[in-house]
Amino acid sequence: MSLLLKDISLPLAHFVLRVNVELQGRTTGIFGPSGAGKTSLLDLIAGLRRAKSAFIQLDNEILTDTDRRISIPPRRRGIGYVPQDLALFPHLSVQQNLLYGQKSNDDPKPLFSLKHVVDVLELQPLVHRGVKDLSGGEQQRVALARALLASPRLLLLDEPLGSLDSQLKARILPYLTRIRDEFQVPMLYVTHDAEEVAALCDNVVRLDRGQVAGHGATASVLKMS
Amino acid sequence: MSGEEWQVVWFTAWVSALSTVVILPFGLAVAWVLARFTWPGKSVLETLISLPLVMPPVATGLILLKLFGRRGAIGGFLHDTLNLDVIFTWRGVLIALGVMSFPLLVRSARVAFEEVNPRFEQIARTLGASDLRVFFTITTPLALRGILGGMLLSFARALGEFGATIMVAGNIPGRTSTLSLSIFQSVQLGQDAHAFRMLGISVVLAFVAVWTSEWLMRRGKERK
Repeated sequence: MSLLLKDISLPLAHFVLRVNVELQGRTTGIFGPSGAGKTSLLDLIAGLRRAKSAFIQLDNEILTDTDRRISIPPRRRGIGYVPQDLALFPHLSVQQNLLYGQKSNDDPKPLFSLKHVVDVLELQPLVHRGVKDLSGGEQQRVALARALLASPRLLLLDEPLGSLDSQLKARILPYLTRIRDEFQVPMLYVTHDAEEVAALCDNVVRLDRGQVAGHGATASVLKMS
Repeated sequence: MSGEEWQVVWFTAWVSALSTVVILPFGLAVAWVLARFTWPGKSVLETLISLPLVMPPVATGLILLKLFGRRGAIGGFLHDTLNLDVIFTWRGVLIALGVMSFPLLVRSARVAFEEVNPRFEQIARTLGASDLRVFFTITTPLALRGILGGMLLSFARALGEFGATIMVAGNIPGRTSTLSLSIFQSVQLGQDAHAFRMLGISVVLAFVAVWTSEWLMRRGKERK
């Protein structure tokens, strides 16, 4: 995967998010303290926000180019997004949530089958339940599965373990490594936790108040910070 | 109750329900646009939509009379092209009720749409859903209780409409006579028993509609 983020400029409440970086590799961490602009950056990549200026290219496809007024709509970007609050659709069952992307795309050949994803994330006992009846960890796995089943070519994960206690984190982390290894979908993994970055990511971009404060192999960036 | 009285009750309930259904797609579209977008001059549209709530109903009726009369812009067109008359027909009642209850539907639906977390819609889009699919599978189901509440309020408003209806449709027994018009006429003619029977039915219908609307709104809030 190659993701080029060029001339990104997005005014936020206390600073301007400015990013110029090319990301390569399977799992890249976007690492930094709360309020550094990490979620805003993911929103830009997913096409959910408009920047003052931005050039975003995924592999060979330009997703956003403000100079040429190009902005591919989110539904055509092929980018899965698991937001921090998960945003599971509360009026739908787990199964309906899982299949929402496949039904929206009418994709005759999805990248992953429901059975495969359900097996890997051990969701079988949950599929007929309502999402409100699930625990935090279960909801997390359903949100991951829902994003995968839409056949993304890039997965954005925003603090997927952020709201979980340490015990639950330890139980969910193996699922994330399983997703990385089993499905081979490139991931951008947002977190403020150095341990999570070290456990999952090949490369890291360190953001601080909207600026790239470090970029490179995980060990070297973490050492610098 | 006499057959004539039942006819009035049936006609009022039927035409009120139909007006609510007819304004629904327009009301939802306007409410969604108001809930999700801002633009310069938005308050002008908001005020225009609310006008029938505060203007004298007879004045609204006069505007409709001018628009839908045979010499009016819309009425003339309908008469010339489709041979349809609006004034002093059940269609006139339908239009008067629809216009008068439209702001209530828009207000309730707008609040309901505003309470839907936009994050759900955004994530649905990242999953490949079109705007239309997002509207029908995410936004509307999550706002459903507020929309139903607004529909019931509109229905209740239509049940009691008087001023605009009498201007546009008159009070023709068996053709355009509604509960409120019938009560008015009975009082004028000194037919108190008839007026009180119609009054009782009006109270029951309005009570059930408003109570159900409030109940739906309350349940919607409890579920969030």
